[in-house]
Amino acid sequence: MLRYANPANFLWLANRLIPWLGASSAALAALGLYGAFFVAPADYQQGETVRIMFIHVPAAWLSTFIYGVMTLSALGTLVWRHPLADVAQKAAAPLGAAFTLICLVTGSLWGKPMWGTWWVWDARLTSVLVLFLIYLGLVALWQTIEDPARAARAAAILTLVGVVNLPVIKFSVDWWNTLHQPASVFRMGGPTIDKSMLWPLLVMAIAATLLFLTLHLMAIRNEILRRRLRRLSIIAAADETAGHAFSPGAAQ
Amino acid sequence: MTEALLALFFREIQISRRIGGSGSIGVVFFLILVTITPFAIGPDLNLLSRIGPAILWIAALLSTLLGLDRLFQSDCEDGSLDLLRIGSAPLELVVAVKCLAHWTVTGLPLVIFTPLFGLMLALDSPTLWGVVISLLVGTPALTFIGAIGAALTVSLRRGGLLMAVLILPFTVPVLIFGVSTAGAAGGGVIPFWTPFLVQCALTLGSLALAPFAAAAALRGDD
Repeated sequence: MLRYANPANFLWLANRLIPWLGASSAALAALGLYGAFFVAPADYQQGETVRIMFIHVPAAWLSTFIYGVMTLSALGTLVWRHPLADVAQKAAAPLGAAFTLICLVTGSLWGKPMWGTWWVWDARLTSVLVLFLIYLGLVALWQTIEDPARAARAAAILTLVGVVNLPVIKFSVDWWNTLHQPASVFRMGGPTIDKSMLWPLLVMAIAATLLFLTLHLMAIRNEILRRRLRRLSIIAAADETAGHAFSPGAAQ
Repeated sequence: MTEALLALFFREIQISRRIGGSGSIGVVFFLILVTITPFAIGPDLNLLSRIGPAILWIAALLSTLLGLDRLFQSDCEDGSLDLLRIGSAPLELVVAVKCLAHWTVTGLPLVIFTPLFGLMLALDSPTLWGVVISLLVGTPALTFIGAIGAALTVSLRRGGLLMAVLILPFTVPVLIFGVSTAGAAGGGVIPFWTPFLVQCALTLGSLALAPFAAAAALRGDD
């Protein structure tokens, strides 16, 4: 396992894994969407709009899962100072922002017919919005600090500070009396959701997770190559200036 | 070590007094924010007195933010940050002391001027004192949380905007409980102590944790 912490070996592994992960994600998404639209019944209260759940809930799970991945990477950056850890962290931040945005938008679309409003300032919605803002802050931090090693450290510290928001998101529906419903899948005493809806939901969740892993590996691969390119261009520029300094033309 | 930290505290206060500005400009900015809000929403005193605590809190939050980018930046530029880093006192305590000094010159004046500005927003006196107490307890938390952002962006030339983007999401809980403390003081269904004690906890928690994050950010910056 440790062998793949080497960027070159990692690239080799990523190149082999990406097609399989992508293909299985697409296949599972097809199965899950089929289940969501043709097998699962319409809800007795919510009607057809309940099908938004099959996108909304996996995106919501991923928005916190990705933050967890970033937290582990941040520990990797700060404790072991591993270069792959900060590449992984950088690559995950925009993906996390994207899934959080999907979660917020689908939730809003679902809220309009069910609650009669696009947005309410309840604890769950607000804490997820804060998560989205933290993701955007991290992306901005990565973009602003030029030196990758320093940016990695700064982003890692901010990521660890942001972890306080995760339990707030998870328990917001229990601590406050919110319009958003409490957990119905991962709860004590088993899921309260019917099997005909549960299996497409879980399939969609796995498909979304695989999609994230595919995109994450691709983004890590891009970032490794980008850094390699940056290093090579710095070396080339240094060679060129050194060459000029010793060339007879420079003296004149 | 205590002497060194005390010396640092008075140095910070002396510098900010000699440079001038930071504290008084913060108060002027606070006043301007309080002034432009009625222009935006209209001079309806009933409405203003209802949302007054929120206006004062947002104004205090933004005024605190205004001075924060100088918290470590000038020390970083003239090299005294390097001296502090290799000094005998741990960097975490140095950060905490700098935050306290910074709050004394920027946060405390806001609290002192709040009763005056609260009158302009037609707050009744229990609510007004609620705002003052909640600001007194809550603004240190804003400074401590802000120190993390200031430390992260210390080496950036135009880090102010980025710092605001980074730390404003983390100030949401302080804002929520600050405004609800003020609201509870003015009467309502929530007892005063519930949001007030949560706010004290937020301040103490940020005092305990933020210096470590800020010091880690400052150390990494070499």
